[in-house]
Amino acid sequence: MAMLHTVNKSPFEKRSLDGALSHAVDGAAILMIEDGIYGALKGTAVSGKIEKALATLKIYVLGPDLKARGMTEDQVVDGVKVVDYAGFVDLVTEYDKVQAWL
Amino acid sequence: MKLAVLVNEGPYQHQSADSALQFVKAAIEKGHEIFRVFFYHDGVNNGTRFAIPPQDDRNITVEWSKLADSHKIDLVVCIAAAQRRGILDENEAKRQGKSGDNIAPGFRISGLGQLIEAGIQAERLVVFGD
Amino acid sequence: MAEPWEEDEGPVKKFMFVNRKAPYGTVYALESLEVVLISAAFDQDVSLVFMDDGVYQIKKGQDSKGIGMKNFSPTYRALEGYDIEKLFVEKESMESRGLTAEDMIVPVEVLSKDELTSLMEEQDVILTF
Repeated sequence: MAMLHTVNKSPFEKRSLDGALSHAVDGAAILMIEDGIYGALKGTAVSGKIEKALATLKIYVLGPDLKARGMTEDQVVDGVKVVDYAGFVDLVTEYDKVQAWL
Repeated sequence: MKLAVLVNEGPYQHQSADSALQFVKAAIEKGHEIFRVFFYHDGVNNGTRFAIPPQDDRNITVEWSKLADSHKIDLVVCIAAAQRRGILDENEAKRQGKSGDNIAPGFRISGLGQLIEAGIQAERLVVFGD
Repeated sequence: MAEPWEEDEGPVKKFMFVNRKAPYGTVYALESLEVVLISAAFDQDVSLVFMDDGVYQIKKGQDSKGIGMKNFSPTYRALEGYDIEKLFVEKESMESRGLTAEDMIVPVEVLSKDELTSLMEEQDVILTF
């Protein structure tokens, strides 16, 4: 029984990413979409948090939202997987429920 | 799988409606069933047919209407939220004594119970909001 | 073992409504409460969670006359009459805002972040507003 947490706001705007990280149990997944993608990037004040979380969580970022905002896949923290909308759908069906951190 | 979607925000103001549209399209392409898309809060504004976005940009309401038509997606606008924000169908307009209605094709106005029912009947409920 | 008249009840799922936003500044607190009230008619296993700024939704003593908005906080007291009795507040959210359970307009169960996390894991459907 594992949960998919979606985060759609920037970690510099809201504390939604923190909310997801602090309420995700080992084996859960986090998917960053929309402005949430800024949480997936290397070299920011939150990159360390994501690197640490990768030890116990699967972390994903929505590729189209990265691209729209001028970010490339190699700017994403190593270990964070980039998925498209089809991948988003797969995550929703693979995990047994979804919690949106708005 | 049977999926349900909740859209909490209006078109253009937030990316929620766009994300929901892309998600629903991808889910359909993968052969999943969309049990219902429920629009709440400002999400009800997705359901007005009077929007005239610029020609060179997407028309979010029309995108929803197209999906309703081509794949029989059940698009439900919450009546309480719709009343607050002025989204009416013909019946509501008559009932409330308003001079017109504005609901877009493919959308229907109904109660919050439809959201709970979607949570019960669908295997997954995905929320798009702010 | 279900009695014959109980067999057509339909599925009962664990629904959790998560409130993370303050009241009045946005509509989410008011309109999410409306969803919770409707959910009572469906005989589901409903939990209502207040965390982050959501804890402010159930703070006592709200007087919204001056801002011209309806004070809907008394409606939280009506939940009990609808058999919605599982109200939870996240301890860390409450304490970091200088509040205690005594500040709340309704009786709540205070859960630590870890306890709330476990409760979230038990749910079938989680709705955030």
